[in-house]
This record gives sequence, structure tokens and C-alpha cells, in this order.
Amino acid sequence: MNHSQKRKIKETAIEASLLLCALFSVFITLSIVFILSYESFGFFKEVSLKEFFTETRWTPLFAEPKFGILSLVMGTLLTTGIALSVALPLGLLVAVFLSEFAPHKMRELIKPLLELLAAVPTVVYGYFALLFLTPILQRFITDLSGFNALSPGIIMGIMIIPYVSSVSEDAMKAVPMHIREGSYAMGATKLQTAFKVIIPSAFSGIAAAFIIGISRAIGETMVVAIAAGGMPNLTANPLEPVQTLTAYIVQVSLGDVPHGTVEYKTIFAAGITLFFMTLGFNILGFWLRKRMREAY
Amino acid sequence: MSTTISENLKSEVKNLNFYYGDVHVLKNNNLPIARRKVTALIGPSGCGKTTFLRCFNRMHDLYPHNRYEGEIILYPDGINIISPKIDPIEIRMQISMVFQKPNPFPKSIYENVAYGLRVRGINKRHILDEKVEKSLRGAALWDEVKDRLHKPAFDLSGGQQQRLCIARALATDPRILLFDEPTSALDPTATSKIEELIIELKKEVTIIIVTHNMQQAARVSDYTAFMYIGELIEFGKTDMIFTAPAQKLTEEYITGRFG
Repeated sequence: MNHSQKRKIKETAIEASLLLCALFSVFITLSIVFILSYESFGFFKEVSLKEFFTETRWTPLFAEPKFGILSLVMGTLLTTGIALSVALPLGLLVAVFLSEFAPHKMRELIKPLLELLAAVPTVVYGYFALLFLTPILQRFITDLSGFNALSPGIIMGIMIIPYVSSVSEDAMKAVPMHIREGSYAMGATKLQTAFKVIIPSAFSGIAAAFIIGISRAIGETMVVAIAAGGMPNLTANPLEPVQTLTAYIVQVSLGDVPHGTVEYKTIFAAGITLFFMTLGFNILGFWLRKRMREAY
Repeated sequence: MSTTISENLKSEVKNLNFYYGDVHVLKNNNLPIARRKVTALIGPSGCGKTTFLRCFNRMHDLYPHNRYEGEIILYPDGINIISPKIDPIEIRMQISMVFQKPNPFPKSIYENVAYGLRVRGINKRHILDEKVEKSLRGAALWDEVKDRLHKPAFDLSGGQQQRLCIARALATDPRILLFDEPTSALDPTATSKIEELIIELKKEVTIIIVTHNMQQAARVSDYTAFMYIGELIEFGKTDMIFTAPAQKLTEEYITGRFG
């Protein structure tokens, strides 16, 4: 066998193994979607879609079970909303500071410190919310219950800041210098340039950062499972205990629900609801990125 | 070399030195800028002509370790543009710049032109409307965009974008308009439109243009300065520079022996 043939075989082998790796992750994703759909299908044979979406109580483990997913969806939206109202503005401001204002050395120092926030295990955040933030908040808000949506929401927001700020900052840094100079040359200050020119220029990247943050908040499990309480509650009041989709899944998976029962299948019904919510946000993000892509 | 001219001066550069860190980029330059005339800076790549131009609106202040020495006097008030006591933002409010590559902002055509006014806190609709129209007319773009003022500026062609940038620069009634190789990214048709515009604009505003295109300098400018490695070699009326240069280096450059 000559040299060229050997090289060809080697290349083909490498290509094939790379393709296999790619196919493997696609296969895993598809199997997850399949299992989710299959088990949920079984669930919806026993519970009508109408009850699923219009019932206000979610009590699958009670003697007289009710299957209204809305209370879990509401719990998820509430904690996610609180988290985002912390993470998006703060993350964006941090990104503006790091990209446009911070001197080089300070940025090199702050960035890794900030990314450390993302490295803290979420279970630690959960206890931090439950045992540290909730008692502090209770001093100011007297009718805040021990388990509530507010405290884990805020903590989750802080946890997500680095995800938002890091991707936003990359997007802002990527805005070409001549766009910045155009603004400065018109007599704009740094602040005006950052908010009137850099943020709009980096919009698609910032939107992507927000979507990552949103998906992260919706999917977050540990913090809410620990600090938000375990009570499905159709409420918009952040001071009350709530249960999120993720926290419900944890609770039931850890319990002793018999395999194959409708109680067992609720896990998958909650799972597929969660799946569609994150999918929706990802599609929105994809669409925003495509639509807002700037041509420099 | 003579650097005096019998003109009404808008600005005067005196013993200008400029340093990037330890690198001495501009060496002891002197140059008068005649009011409502076009002054062209020509010279081979890397000769410092863009660096020179960017001193006029203090663009170098955006980056660390830069240092100016000498004076750029702005008339009639006689302030020194490069004095550390002068706020660069104040200077940029009076001296506008058009860049090499069209750099519109990701906003509508209207908002691009209104940008300089909004930055100054002017937000009254009727003032903005009036200024935007006047500037777009001034930049010979009004007829092409008047029906789509609120469409994104990125939808315009390269030449139109550059005229939009000129309109943006005009909107704040600058005292001097700086052009940094404004046609280097444009095709010949768009280039000749910009050149006609420059000749039209000098009725109202003093213009300094950096160009690597000697024909362009000959076509649009009244005065020309030839620079070489950070030094101003020769300055004079454009027709003199191009027909009877006094310096051998200038002659070699304009006849294309180097550059």
C-alpha cells in the first residue's frame, strides 16, 4: 500500500468516527424526545388535555387526583420571571461595563471572578436562598413564608448573571471599532455610545444571551426544589410557596411511585411541558438572531 | 517651506508633534487651514496623514498612551484643540468626521442623521425634522431616501451609506469637516458623487481630506500638503503642488516613482 492510499484510509476513518460522534448526540436527543412523547401519550390517554390545561389544581398523588399543569407552569414562570428581572438588567450592565468602561486589567480580574458564580454548585445556591436570603427578606417583608418564590428567584437571577453578561460582552466586544469611533466623532460620551450604538449593534448577541439566561432559569431545579417549597400553587404572589415543573419532577422521581401508573406518567407530562417551553424560547432566540443579524 | 497663505484661516497647526507611546509619529508639523476651502493631505501609506487628521477631533484620546505636543488653533476663538485643558467632546461637537468605511449606526436613516443632535439633548420633533431634511439635502441624498426615512440605514448601498454619514456629520453644523479617505471603499460612480459633494460643501464649511488618490486631491482640493514619514514635506496651492512642486520628494511621489 502506498502513502497516498494510507492517508486516504486514515482520513476516511477519522471522518467516519467524527460523523458517528455527531450522530450519537442526535440519537440521544431524539430518544429523549421519543421517551417523553411516548410516556406522555400514555398519560394523555388517562387525563384529558382539557383538564390538563384548565384545571387549577395539581394533586396527582392525592386520593382524588387533579391534573392541572397550570399551577406548576405558573410556579416556573414566577421564579423564572423574578430571576430574569435580576439577571437581565444586571447582566447587561455588567457586560456594558466590562466591554466599554473597564480598563483592561480590571476586566481581566473581574471576568474570571464573575464566571466563578457559575461554578458554584446549584445545591449551595439553594441552601443559600433558604437559610440566608429568606430570613433576611423576612425582616423586611413580614408575611413572607419560609418557602417562597421570591428568594430562590433572586438567587437564581444572581446565578445566571455570568451566563448573560459573558455572552453579551462578547457580542459588544465584536462591534467593530469604526462603529464606535463614528459615535465618538459625533461628540457622544462613552455612556451614550454604549447605550445608543453598541447595544443596538450587538442586539442579536444580547438576545442570544437573554435566551440562554431564560432557558437556564426555566430548567433550573435544585434552587427551587430546596427553597421554593413543594406545593403546587396557582398564584402570582412571589411571597407564597410554589412548585416548579422541575421541582415536581424531582419530588416524584425520588418518591416511590409505582412504574407505569398515571402518577408515574405525570413526570413525563411535566417534562414535555418543560421541553416545549424551552424549545419555544430557543426558537424565539434563533429567529431573533437571524432577523437582527447586522451586516458590518 | 512656506506655510503662510493669504487666506482667511479657520485653523492653524503649529509645531505639532504626536507620539504613540514612545514612537514619534508626527514631527514638528505646521499647516494653515483656509476657511471654506478644501485642504488635502496626501502621501504614501503610513506617512501619518490619517494620524494627523485625527488630531483635529482628538480621536487619539480614545486610546491610551497617546500624546500631543504643539498647537492646533481653531479660529476665530483661538482655542488650542489639542490642549489637555480642552474637553475632546467639546471639540468633536464642532469638528465632524467622515470615515474610510461607511459606518452608519444600526438605526433608521432618520435616526442616523439625528444622532448628533440627540446626543446634544435636542429631541424636539420639528427641529429634528428640519435638520434631518437639510442635512440629507446637503449630502445629496434627500431625493433618494425621503420616502423611506424610517427604514434601516443598512438597506442603503455603500455610496448612499457614505453620503448618509456625511449628512450625519453635517447635521450638527460643524466648523470643520474631516474626511479620512472617504471613497476608498466605494466604486467610481459613488466616488465621483462624493467628490462633487465635497466641492459643493466647501461653500459652507471648511474641509480637510486625507486621500491616497492623487487625482482625487487634484480634483477636489484648493490646497495640498504632502507628507512623508511623519513630516510635512511641502504645502501649497493644489495646482502648484501638482504642476510645479518645489521639493524633489513631492515630485517623485506625484509622478508615481514611489508610494
